[in-house]
Order: sequence, then C-alpha cells, then structure tokens
Amino acid sequence: MKKSVFLGALTVAGLAAGAAAAGTLDDVKARGKLNCGVTTGLVGFAAPDANGNWEGFDVGMCRAVAAAVLGDPAAVEFVPTTGKTRFTALASGEIDMLARNTTWTFSRDVDLKFEFVGVNYYDGQGFMVPKELGVSSAKELDGATVCIQTGTTTELNLADFFRSNNISYEPVPVETNAESQQQYLSGACDVYTTDASGLAATRATFEAPGEHVVLPEIISKEPLGPLVRHGDNEWGDVVRWTLNALISAEELGVTSANVAELAAGTDVPETNRLLGSEGTLGAMLGLDADWAKKAIMAGGNYGELFEKNIGEATPIALSRGLNASYKDGGLLYSPPFR
Amino acid sequence: MATPKDSIAFVAEGTLPQLDPPANSVGPVKWLRENLFSTPANTLLTVASFYVIYMILGQVLPWVMNGLWTTGSLSECREILQGETGACFSVLTERWHQLLYGFKYPASEYWRPNLAVVLLLVAAAPVLFFDLPRKLLIFTALYPFIAYWLIWGGTILAPVVGLLGFVGAGLVFRTLGRDNFALGFIGAIGAALVVWYVGGALIPEGASDNAVLQAVPSRDLGGFMLNLMLGVTCVSLSLPLGIALALGRQSNMPLIKGICVVFIEFVRGVPLITLLFVASVMLSYFFPPDSTVDLFLRVVIMITLFSSAYIAEVIRGGLAALPKGQYEAADSLGLAYPEAMRLIILPQALKISIPGIVNVAVGLFKDTTLVSVISMFDLVGMIRGPILASTEWNGVYWELLGFAALLFFVVCYGISQYSQWLERRLATDHR
Repeated sequence: MKKSVFLGALTVAGLAAGAAAAGTLDDVKARGKLNCGVTTGLVGFAAPDANGNWEGFDVGMCRAVAAAVLGDPAAVEFVPTTGKTRFTALASGEIDMLARNTTWTFSRDVDLKFEFVGVNYYDGQGFMVPKELGVSSAKELDGATVCIQTGTTTELNLADFFRSNNISYEPVPVETNAESQQQYLSGACDVYTTDASGLAATRATFEAPGEHVVLPEIISKEPLGPLVRHGDNEWGDVVRWTLNALISAEELGVTSANVAELAAGTDVPETNRLLGSEGTLGAMLGLDADWAKKAIMAGGNYGELFEKNIGEATPIALSRGLNASYKDGGLLYSPPFR
Repeated sequence: MATPKDSIAFVAEGTLPQLDPPANSVGPVKWLRENLFSTPANTLLTVASFYVIYMILGQVLPWVMNGLWTTGSLSECREILQGETGACFSVLTERWHQLLYGFKYPASEYWRPNLAVVLLLVAAAPVLFFDLPRKLLIFTALYPFIAYWLIWGGTILAPVVGLLGFVGAGLVFRTLGRDNFALGFIGAIGAALVVWYVGGALIPEGASDNAVLQAVPSRDLGGFMLNLMLGVTCVSLSLPLGIALALGRQSNMPLIKGICVVFIEFVRGVPLITLLFVASVMLSYFFPPDSTVDLFLRVVIMITLFSSAYIAEVIRGGLAALPKGQYEAADSLGLAYPEAMRLIILPQALKISIPGIVNVAVGLFKDTTLVSVISMFDLVGMIRGPILASTEWNGVYWELLGFAALLFFVVCYGISQYSQWLERRLATDHR
C-alpha cells in the first residue's frame, strides 16, 4: 500500500509538468465548473450535509474561487480525496485545485511540484488530557501513554518534542481519528495528540467536554492552505488572489452584507480597487472587474467563513488565535491590492 | 376345596392405569437436566454462559429500548438522555438515504436502484433455482443492460448498443465457431468491437441530456447500493473467468497454462487494497487526462481479477478431487474436450466447489467496503467520511456501524443459506 502511494508520488513528479501545460483557467471557464478537491469529511472544514450539499471552511474557499472565475458559487464539482489520493488527483489534472487542510511543507512544494498559494488556516499540534490528570503543561507528561496516528507528521513531531525536552513517553499507535477518540475515552492512553483544530473538534463531540483540557503548548507548525499544480502561474494567481481578497476584505471591513453597497464606490481607494470600481485588477487576472465582489458574496470574507464554519459560535468553537488578522495580533496579512 | 382365588392374596385382573413419568424426566425439566445440567462441568458452563448472555443483554437492551429516533443531532440526544444509556438512532432516520444510496444520488430517482434490486431478484432466480422455467434466462441475459440503464440513466442507446455488440458476437461465434473454436472466438470479439465502435459513433453527442431517465455519473453512486453493485457485478463476472482460469491451469498447452499460472499466482500474491490503489491512482497515468476510464469500471475490473484468481483455485480443488476415472470415462466415450468438460467434469467439480465458491463470494462482498480508502463513498465510506464528519453526528459510532453490520449480515447470511440449500439439492450420494 505504502509502496503504491510512493510510486504514485514519483509518477506525479514526472508528469506534473506535462499535465500543467494547458491553461487551467481557460479549462475551467470552458467547462463551466471548477473541480475542487476536498477531504472525504472533516468536521467544520468539509462535509456534505443531510441533503448532500458540501459545507465547511475549505468548501468556502472552493466556492469563492468558483464565484470569482465563473460568477456562480455553486459551479463546483467537489471531488472527495483521501490523504493518500489527494496529490495524484491534483497532479493528474482530475482536480483544478486542492483545498484539503494540507500542510505546506518544503518537499510537497518543491519535490512533488505543487504550488501552495497561501495559508488559510494556521494549525499546530497540541495535546489533550483528562482534567483529573491534573496536568497543566505538556512538559509534565513524563512517562505518559500517548495515542498517536501512525504515519503522520504528528508522530514525528511528538518524538521530536519529547526528545528535545528530555522526557519519555509510551506511544499507543492507532490508525484513524475515530479509533483514537475511542482509545482515549476508554482510558487506553493518557494523552491524545493531533492538530489543535482536530483536538477542538474531537473534544466538542465528547459527552462531557469539560472533563478534558487542551494543553497550551503547540509543538509544531502546520500551515494549511489551498494548492495548485506547479507551472500554471496564471491559475495559481487566480486562486492566490481570491484567498487574499477574502483576507483583505476582512481587513477593509467588507462583508457579504455590505459588499454590494461598497462596490458602488467608497472613499477607500484599496476597497475600490479590490471591488473593481477603480483600476483594472480583474482584467489583469483574466477575470471580470467584479471578481472579488462575487468571491466575497459567495460565503463572506475570511472572518465570516471562519465564524460560520469553525468559529466560537459553532460546536467546534475554535478561537481565531493565529488566524486573526494582523491588525488583531494574528498572522493573516494579505499583500496590498494595487 | 380352596380355589386358587382364595389361596392367593392378590391377583391383578387388569392393567394398571398408566402413571405420569416422574416430574424430573419429562418436559422442560428433563431437557434441562439432560442438556444443560447433566454433569457438574456442564452445569458450570451453563451458568457461566447465562451470566455472559445476561451481561450482554443487560448492556444492549436498555441501549436499544431507550434509543431516540427523532432528534436532530448527537448533542440533542445527549440532552434528552441526561446521562442514561440509550442509542441515538436519529442518525439513521436522518441519514438513511445517504447510507443506502450515497449522498449525491438524486433523491427523486431512488426508485431506479430500488427497481433494479427487485429486477435483480427476478433475473437471479432462474440461475439460482434451476427448477424454474428455462425461458426466464432470457430476462437474466437482458438484465445487465436494463440495470445499467436504470442506475446510470442517460440515453437508452448506450445499453442497446452494448447489447447489440453481444448479439453480434454470438451470431459470429455460431457461424464460425462450429468448426473452429479459436476462429469463432476471435471473430466474435472482433464483431463485438465493430458493433460497439460503429454504434458508439452513431450515438449523437448530448443524447443523454434530455433522456427519459436523468443521467447519473458514476461518481454520484454510493452507499450500500455501491456495495451491492460491486458485489453482484464482480461475483457474476469472476465466476466464468475463474472457471476458465482453472481449466487453463490444467491445460496441456504450455502457453495457456503458463499464462494462467502466472496470472493466478501474481494476483493472489498481491493484497486487494494494492490493486484498488492501482485502479484509482496509477491507471490515470496510462490514459490521457481527458479519456480516463470510469472509476467504477476500473474498480470492477480490479476486484473481478482478484476474486477470479481465488475462485480459479477453489475450482481447481474441485477438479483435483474428481477421480481420474471420470476423465478417462469421458475420453472413452469419445467426447471432445468442450463436451467432456461441460457434461461430465464441471458439473461434478463445481458441485464439490460450492462451499469454497460461496466463501469467496461472501468474502468478496465484504471486501467491497475497501473501496472507501480510494474515496468512493460506499456504506463504510459514507460512515467514515461525510456522516461522522458532520457537526451534528460526529461521535456516533455504534449505531452507524451496527446498522452497516446488520445490512451485511442479512445479505451474507442469505448467500450462506442459499449455498446450503444448493448443496442439499445437489446431493446425489447416499451418505
């Protein structure tokens, strides 16, 4: 199994350049639909509801791009991918972009020949323990048994963290997130570790979430972002600047509620350039002048997407943290629209 | 003179009325004594077993009886139950259609797969129960095309052309194959390809757009329907292929024998999940990006190849179990190879192989859940992916997986019961 994935990845590297030669933007426009790779299901990020409509934070990204390019946020064909099939689906041209909480790493960017267009969620690996354990810091976890998903970067991060702090732990390897939840709840391990967003989502499903605490330490950097194939820079620009438009819209106070009004023209030059009432930014991308307006109307600006899908009002209840705008002390910082 | 009557104190003049047997050797008590408490060891085992059953039922029954069916989310269930045990079956009432049909099959078209399942029973009946009139087999032959049209929809021309290809192949084989099997075989394949090519070119572009039945792409199939489709298709395709491989492996012709041996050994030596990854990931690199073969078809091919290798080995076991005399008898009657196989060898060998074949079929049907790892939303894929990832139902495991187990159990138990009936029906020896 591992080997076939590995071979697949090798072939990806070989064929990516060839598959990317045609203009993806033109293909998408001709097709009238955006093929967007998402996960097969991750709470808050992408999952179909009871009627089969996809919802979630990553889904919102796909819809924004579809709205910007095609003018219709519903013109998306969602292609569910697993952790094992996602990269080949993108490299073989089956999907136009991948918005699947994928960590931006050196080797994925350089060796697998993908282009991460930005970061739409800053994640990091954290720990959850039962409250009754009385632990307040990950450094007090000497000798703990830890449930850990095998074959993930979290496994390697965990080893690094414990070694650098000179403390010992006993790993309990599990295969899936569902399995690790059960193992943790039944007391097979003292500590459960995965990305902090996943910890929050998992904790929200517990019968008594208050009896478990997420420790303050974040031991790794997991910048998640949408990605496209190497070599098609026009298409990469479209996806990158759609993401930046959503982030800028929050900085400039443009929301899905007031975007129609602001698009008529405001006193803020950058808002005007963003929404197309001034300048020719849309034409430079090969899109309509009001592309960003449509993208923002699809699901709102970055902040609205966040609050609606994973924010504090939802069961997942993630705080903005690193994902706040730079003005509020977060890391989100869009280059200027000029 | 004393009569014997006076000298004898008592003479029984009639039979005594029958008494009831002692209370402890009739009825339930006797049964209990004999079966459950006959020896101290047996008594101990009985008590232990009852304790285990009591423990299980004591956990499961309240859980099922307290089950909630009408809430909107898991948290709502927990609010109502207030810490008591109780299942949250609401997930089934809300998502049953996704579990059965996948989340993208249009809801207004659910009658189509339902009808296809009903027709499947009709089509399978003459194959499974050979006392039924043989004329019904005509419907069985037509069924794959009807089912394709029902499930995928679109233009009716596609299945018609597919059917015509087989009809053409059959006609060519009848004319050419009478004298020369190889010529007829190759001619039949050629005829089918010609019909499909010409017919495919004749179907107008966009014929599916306004068809009677709305076209549904393979990607939108899912749920238990997908498991059933994969299971039925792959079992029915792999059985003839398996027979051919088993016969090929016994062949005297070195080339055919070599090919069959290499194929069987290679496929049996590779895990099914590897083949599935090849189907979903690697095969896309052998086709140009625009002309990829349908994922469903790729998976069907891979699973069929996999199970046909296993079935071939099962049937080879059946062939090996036949006494050599049967082969010699066929030869001495002057039968040619096809007749000897069809009339003497295979009916006996297949009968011996029934338990093995059913074993492979049941295993194969359950293995279809492996497609969830290549992002196809079969029953297990639906549970692991979309349903457990929705904010309402994240954390519901027992109810969903129990439902899946129930569905699979019903089908697999049915297959197993059929095979036992078939064995009894075919039993000709006097054991």
